[in-house]
Amino acid sequence: MIEFHDVHKWFGKLHVLAGVNLRVEPGQVVVVCGPSGSGKSTLIRTVNQLERIDQGRLVVDGQDLASPGLDLNRLRAEVGFVFQQFNLYPHLTALENITLAPIKVRRAPKVQARQEALDLLERVGLADKAGRYPAQLSGGQQQRVAIARALAMRPKIMLFDEPTSALDPEMIGEVLAVMGDLASSGMTMMVVTHEMGFARHLSHRVVFIDQGQILEDAPPEEFFANPRHPRTQQFLRQVLSPLH
Amino acid sequence: MEPGLDFAVVWDNLTYFLIGRFPHGPLGGLALTLYLASVSCLLSFVGGLALGLLSVCKNAAICWATLVLVNLLRGVPLLMVVFWTYFLLPALLGQTVAEAHTVIIALTLFTSAYMCGIVRAGIEGVPRGQREAALSTGLGRWQVMAFVVLPQGLRNMVPSLVNQFVSLIKDTSLAFIVGVSELTHVATQVNNRTMVFPTEIFLFVALVYFVVCWLFTSLSRRLERRLDRGKSLG
Repeated sequence: MIEFHDVHKWFGKLHVLAGVNLRVEPGQVVVVCGPSGSGKSTLIRTVNQLERIDQGRLVVDGQDLASPGLDLNRLRAEVGFVFQQFNLYPHLTALENITLAPIKVRRAPKVQARQEALDLLERVGLADKAGRYPAQLSGGQQQRVAIARALAMRPKIMLFDEPTSALDPEMIGEVLAVMGDLASSGMTMMVVTHEMGFARHLSHRVVFIDQGQILEDAPPEEFFANPRHPRTQQFLRQVLSPLH
Repeated sequence: MEPGLDFAVVWDNLTYFLIGRFPHGPLGGLALTLYLASVSCLLSFVGGLALGLLSVCKNAAICWATLVLVNLLRGVPLLMVVFWTYFLLPALLGQTVAEAHTVIIALTLFTSAYMCGIVRAGIEGVPRGQREAALSTGLGRWQVMAFVVLPQGLRNMVPSLVNQFVSLIKDTSLAFIVGVSELTHVATQVNNRTMVFPTEIFLFVALVYFVVCWLFTSLSRRLERRLDRGKSLG
């Protein structure tokens, strides 16, 4: 579904992605973790071309992203993206946030888009908040609306960029629950997160990235039980028991 | 001349101040001022928006050309722009152009140039994440601008736009230099005719400008409050 072949990316002199090779199969949930500045956000942002790659090959849903005939907007419509800062449109209600792209991009009839949006809100547990503006919602609620907004385009792939990092601790659970439902529904997902509970129980693979390189790529049982790379071991110690 | 002010001159000529010789002649006075202001206001809103969008577009040449035009217009006194359009426009078009229209064009050019900067700042003030979120759902660049960035940017531009339009209302008084019989011009006529009441006449004219600007400002405050309704916490 997503294939990285020796992908490189530079920000000026900084080599953020230094030869990434990764393959995500349809229906797989892959958690990407690593220290801050390791390139994990950049990695998933390349999948829907919020960042361009400088070298290598990236294939998403059978389309080479370097091919000249690529319809970028169409690709993006098939890849949902959830941001750390939610990025809901503050001038639109929760419902309008969700219906905007289906109406304008997919040309869905308004009534149908509205009904689908209401169903999505129901699915993320916010059926009663359709008419609220983002500023009237809590962080956890905003992030769930943001997930619904991404799902409204019926994407084949969902990307999550630290979806719970900007949330108060008591709101993390409600967002992870929605992501868990999505994972078990068979959605292909790449999730950048420090929520090791999510990685352990809901992912198929955990990828550890540092200094733009993938150092570890294993099923969660193996990843947490015997991490092979010393940097992975050190990272896991810091994340799982930060006081030691 | 007796000491003290005598405002009878204002009351005697009130209709003339308000609508000029209308309906027996062309519209003038305050009515013409309001006409000049509102037409220029609408046109320069469109013009400023267009220039602002061009100035943030991805094509470097277009962007550069826009900024050159804007800086040229901002770098000369408005009075020069009024003269230019007054003398140049008929020459360029090969036919006479009503004075009021040359003034509207001058005011529109000048105000659009100032609004370009306001629009540009308003657009750039919208957080990058908004644009990224919209792009990530498959919206095209112009759709992102029209449905996500501009609505938020415009809201932030309102106070600066109001400032600009208040200036515009007062700037219509420069039309008197090319003989357009708006409020200021009408006032000088009455003053020339009556000779001895300049203080009364121009106090009255100043008051009228103030009231118009004040009304416009309070209307826009109400607009701002309406735009914000329901979007704050609570």
